[in-house]
Amino acid sequence: MTTTISANPERSRGRETSLQSQRARAAFWFLAPMLVMLFFVAAWPLFRSIMFSFTDAEANDIFTGGSEWVGFDNYLSWRVRDDGSIRWRGVLADADWWNAVWNTIRFAFMSVALETVLGLLVALVLNAEFKGRGLVRAAILIPWAIPTIVSARMWGWMLNDQFGIINDMLLTVGFIDSPIAWTARADTAMIAVLMVDVWKTTPFMALLILAGLQMIPRDMYESAKIDGIHPMKVFFRVTLPLLKPALMVAVIFRVLDALRIFDLIYVLTPQSEATVTMSILSYRELQQFGDYGEGSAQSTLLFLIIALFVLLYIWLGRVDLSGERSK
Amino acid sequence: MIDLLTFLFWNLLYFAAFVGITLAVVFPFYYAVLSSADRSGERTASGVFWNIVFWIVVALIVLIAIFPFYYAVLSSLETGTQLFIPNYLPQSLNPANYEAVLTRPSFVSSIVNSVFVATVTVVAALFLAVTASYALARVRFRGRGLLLLTILAVSMFPQIAVLSGLFELVNWLGIYNTPWALILSYTIFTLPFTVWVLTTFMRDLPVEIEEAAIVDGASPWVVISKVFLPLLWPALVTTGLLAFIGAWNEFLFALTFTITETRRTVPVAIALLSGASQQEIPWGPIMAASVIVTVPLIALVLIFQRKIVAGLTAGGVKG
Repeated sequence: MTTTISANPERSRGRETSLQSQRARAAFWFLAPMLVMLFFVAAWPLFRSIMFSFTDAEANDIFTGGSEWVGFDNYLSWRVRDDGSIRWRGVLADADWWNAVWNTIRFAFMSVALETVLGLLVALVLNAEFKGRGLVRAAILIPWAIPTIVSARMWGWMLNDQFGIINDMLLTVGFIDSPIAWTARADTAMIAVLMVDVWKTTPFMALLILAGLQMIPRDMYESAKIDGIHPMKVFFRVTLPLLKPALMVAVIFRVLDALRIFDLIYVLTPQSEATVTMSILSYRELQQFGDYGEGSAQSTLLFLIIALFVLLYIWLGRVDLSGERSK
Repeated sequence: MIDLLTFLFWNLLYFAAFVGITLAVVFPFYYAVLSSADRSGERTASGVFWNIVFWIVVALIVLIAIFPFYYAVLSSLETGTQLFIPNYLPQSLNPANYEAVLTRPSFVSSIVNSVFVATVTVVAALFLAVTASYALARVRFRGRGLLLLTILAVSMFPQIAVLSGLFELVNWLGIYNTPWALILSYTIFTLPFTVWVLTTFMRDLPVEIEEAAIVDGASPWVVISKVFLPLLWPALVTTGLLAFIGAWNEFLFALTFTITETRRTVPVAIALLSGASQQEIPWGPIMAASVIVTVPLIALVLIFQRKIVAGLTAGGVKG
């Protein structure tokens, strides 16, 4: 993370030259503490985690340093048995890992899709003018303000199989005829996780989209209304295209968050194999089994998948994240 | 190979069906909201109809947003068999669960830990971020855009990817199972976030103020401390608050870097709160603990509502 500091060429004359170079030098010293800090808490640990993934480190080796280099064995290795059959080992040959990858992708896709669609709806409501709009905005901030662990616990209680109020509601209405063990059953565990995540994160999405909506000039709607164009048509032809940049940024923030999900699932459905994500699997390997080699290989793969996704997204979607181009 | 292709095919179909059903369910709501906005002034039959549907949508949003917390408060005030009968209106106002939680020494110390960790993290992040964001927002230098993107990338790190490296670092520094391990590791997400948001704020401040100070011979440090800091106070409060909430809610690092009960932070304490036996989950005390740690946050968020919304959108959307 080195940067070349240079004076602005347009103004490099006389006194301004020294002024510019003084500013540039000051800028370097202003940036240095933050860069050093980020190096120690982000770059170095990331580098060490990647290094661990090429060793057979166990939890105790962290203290003693007695681990050995094993190359790509944690990722994929094979051995030919006496009978000629090949035995595959490593993360990439691990069915549990592929299950976690699939769970993570499924969760990220479905939660972000739901949150975008519902967040846009809430944003459209908040963008309308009506009495009590401030109150509605305050209300939707509540799920966002509640810590994830707390919401996992609250919903865990509401989704309880015997005493939960969700089952009680559904039984009263008649949607189900016997209580459902939401968090324990393989086919409903993911639904439970999605419910909580959508409830908790839609407000954030709605606020980001609302900020985008408010940048669209009001007179566009006015003139469309005078021309008698149907509001649904205005929405698809005017609002959505103008909203696209804001939506793209909001979606990538959410996808990155969803791909690394850990806390909600760890608390809400700790036992269910149907909701094990890549973070959870890697954490188990590291903390419960103390296998730092394979656990680090799993976390490194997650990092690579996320990095690849970001690059593809920025490249394909031409998202201007830094805000440099618009200036 | 064929297996993989059929797997992918069915899953794409699954996703397509999911999106289709979602859109079909949500479409009428969109229609209602958009139509009511279009006809809000009209006193015709259809205008009134769409208005009513619009208010139903608003009521649904509010109800879904606040019901779980309302229900947690309700449950936290019930004990014994009463807790296990679902009810929609308050049946009792029994503070026993609150007493049970607040007399646990470990829970009280976890609140103290959380306050300490979050406060120190925020102060440290703001201190490092103010000068850095001045340089990033106000001084042109080569590689600035790339540097900003790198900082943004760090804030989006999957935390698990640095976990084993951080674990090693924390042990090497000898701060395992102390609040300092958490303060150090929380910097990974609070610092990039504060730098990012403060840079956005500072970029929007008028250039003239700074130029006037420079003409008067002010050094960059004076420009920051005497010119920018007074203007930045609102932004600092907002960013600080958001970083505080982030640090207060963090779970993975807190779970990994603490081992004894008295060193835990609030989220870990609530996640690991257990009863007398393994099978029996103490729902009453858990709900009480949840309410205790959430009420201050909700109060803060509602008081600083406007600022928080501004800060969130500055961090997320770039015009």
